[in-house]
Amino acid sequence: MRKGYLTGPVLGALWLCVMATTVAVAMSFATGAAFRPQIGLCLIWGAVGGLIYVRFAAPHAVARLVINALMALAMMTVWGPIVTGADMALSAVVVAMAALAAGLHFGLAAILHDTPFGALTRHEYEAAVIRFLTGFGYIFFTAIVLIPFYVMVMTSLKSQQALLQNPLDFSIEISKGTELFRSYVELFRDFNFGTYLWTSFYVSVLTVFITLAFSVPGAYAVARFRFRGQKAFSRSILLIYMVPMIVLALPIYIAFSMTGLRNSILGIVLIYPVTTIPVALYMLQGYFRGLPTEVEEAGLMDGLSRLAVIWKITLPLSLPALASVSLYVFMIAWNEFLLAFMLLDDPSKFTLTRGVAMLNSSEIPRQHLMAGAVIATVPIMVLFLGLERFMTKGLTAGSVKG
Amino acid sequence: MSTAHPPTGTGALAKREARLAWGLLAPTLISVALVVVLPLLAVFWISFKPFTLSDLRPPAPIVRESLRGSGEEMRIEYRVRNSSQDEMISGVTLSDQLPEGVALREALPEPCRLEGRDLFCDFGEMAGGARERLRLRIATDLAEDVLEEVVEGSAPVVTGGGQSVLSSPQLSLENYKRLFDGGEFWTVFGITLFYTVFGTIGALVMGLFAALLLNKSFKGQGFIRGLYLFPYVAPVIAVAFTWVTLFDPFSGSANALLIQMGVTQEAINFFGDRPLALIMVTVFEIWRYFPLSFLFILARMQSIDTAMYEAADMDGASPFQKFWLLSLPQLLGILSVLFLLRFIWTFNKFDDIFLLTGGNAGTRTLTVNVYEQAFAISNIGAGAAVAVVILLCLLCFSFFFFKFISREEGL
Repeated sequence: MRKGYLTGPVLGALWLCVMATTVAVAMSFATGAAFRPQIGLCLIWGAVGGLIYVRFAAPHAVARLVINALMALAMMTVWGPIVTGADMALSAVVVAMAALAAGLHFGLAAILHDTPFGALTRHEYEAAVIRFLTGFGYIFFTAIVLIPFYVMVMTSLKSQQALLQNPLDFSIEISKGTELFRSYVELFRDFNFGTYLWTSFYVSVLTVFITLAFSVPGAYAVARFRFRGQKAFSRSILLIYMVPMIVLALPIYIAFSMTGLRNSILGIVLIYPVTTIPVALYMLQGYFRGLPTEVEEAGLMDGLSRLAVIWKITLPLSLPALASVSLYVFMIAWNEFLLAFMLLDDPSKFTLTRGVAMLNSSEIPRQHLMAGAVIATVPIMVLFLGLERFMTKGLTAGSVKG
Repeated sequence: MSTAHPPTGTGALAKREARLAWGLLAPTLISVALVVVLPLLAVFWISFKPFTLSDLRPPAPIVRESLRGSGEEMRIEYRVRNSSQDEMISGVTLSDQLPEGVALREALPEPCRLEGRDLFCDFGEMAGGARERLRLRIATDLAEDVLEEVVEGSAPVVTGGGQSVLSSPQLSLENYKRLFDGGEFWTVFGITLFYTVFGTIGALVMGLFAALLLNKSFKGQGFIRGLYLFPYVAPVIAVAFTWVTLFDPFSGSANALLIQMGVTQEAINFFGDRPLALIMVTVFEIWRYFPLSFLFILARMQSIDTAMYEAADMDGASPFQKFWLLSLPQLLGILSVLFLLRFIWTFNKFDDIFLLTGGNAGTRTLTVNVYEQAFAISNIGAGAAVAVVILLCLLCFSFFFFKFISREEGL
């Protein structure tokens, strides 16, 4: 296997399969027309390509360009790596040809870079395989992450008939103008989504504040003081992570029904922080442990009380950690579905997730559901992308919780 | 001559510190006890009770007042009944105001008396499903519509109540017996294990792959890392419904794509066919949680000492050798912790399956079963019994977890 004339064709064939599938899927999603990768032909074209790329090492050798051009032109016939429908617009075919040729050329040039034609050393061989896997990995992960979100956004802009007619056709008719956003307008006008957005927002913010108010002192105590039961306490925090929400939701539902807290925002605000306090406590105590004690001791020597030390020294020092924890707690509260679903029945008190769940019925068209999903997703995404650094840190520190 | 001893026991300072510590922890302790420990005990208690959704309200008397007949036969009727069909209620009384301008035509029936205009009846105990009817024939000079208004103007007050099933001391094993009767439980358990094991391993492997991809610095690395976290950060309800839409057998894009590519001839019902639905929810689980493992593994990778890799390079190790012999052993700790944690959390997962299939088509895991029993069949007791089984499983898992994590993280 460690021969350039074997490695090249094998990797070339696999790479062309990946590229052809990618281009076909991308073009189908973009135009709604039929693109079908032909795996058998892909293997042949790719193998030939791989052989040429290891044989002619110059970056833009004529043979390399020729094989790409031939392969692209073959797509006009039935012998190309991708066959297109008969009545396809020429422009779409040309775009597909160009994309595939470019993908093959740059991909193979990178993968088979420094791969001689004859015997390969172990390093050369493994490096080529790793470069292939890297390319494949990027395409694969990007595709699986982006496709659902793409479908979500595009579906929300289509009409029911258009969707049923051709579920693949996500092309947007720009000429429709504001008419495109009809589902959103209807959600905000007829389904009260403005209120839900606001409810979700203030419930989440309240949850963040209550959680911090409880967990900061607790975390400080666990991190700094020595007292009996400290170890048992940090363990039981972790244990609480492991209790499934549905098990707790059952008695909470009963208790709330009996006390009349069900169907009230107050009940939700009471219950959300308790689900987040253990997470926040766990994250914060880890951070507090890492802070140097000397600064605090200096404060104590200068006559501050413990509480003043926490307020004036520890908290300002741990602002980044507080930001991470707040973001993480906000995310949990914003995304929370189970409790809202079980405890809220009255449409005037829904949170956003509960509101979206309400849209999942056969009487409400699909694009409304997707528009609701977009409305629920966009704020958290904006927050996340804007504060990615804090968020990532918060996730790594605290996401023992799923 | 006395020798100096180091102080033993706890000094005043240490005591004060401990007191402050408990003071700072108190709010958390109390709230957690209220919302976690108490409910857990409640679940345990309920699981031994024949408790259904309709028992949520304790049995109570219900009264209806109406004006019937006309002229001579004009009468006020009170109907009192027990809301429960089988529980007894005691201390049932009824009191009401007789409106001005209304006089009784005949003496009051047995349990009632009239003082001034205050009507009071004492029914004592009422058996389950019992009803009482009280007819008061009246004479009046008011017009009929006015009369109706004044009669119904004063609402009758009833008192009395019964014991809720919850507070009665009898316990029964009925819920557990029904749970383990028949093979259903073991099917559910098997499905849960499949979902948990493959979901966990899949997410770990994918996470490892993604972390290997991003474990080098290049421009846009931060952006791609953020992008790969999307599935985890987005609300579960949004992504779950998107998957349902995407894989819909009639209007789903995935089916259209597969048909067009010639992979399949007719639409596949991804979330509706028996073995496929379970595989699909597992794939969803992997998709949604690979970012988490990816993030953890990447963080660990970046803290591995580069000197080791340099030494390996000097010794002529190939890339695969470096991965197998250096990276993997270094990552083993975080991988095992992640495996245990994700195992427990996947075992606990409810929302995902509930939103994707609702537990149909062979995807009913234990947690979904809790919901099914408690709310779909409205037998809360049976749901609680399943919950207790889940808790017992978790107790075993967390035992392993602490054995491992104390070694890994020094907790």
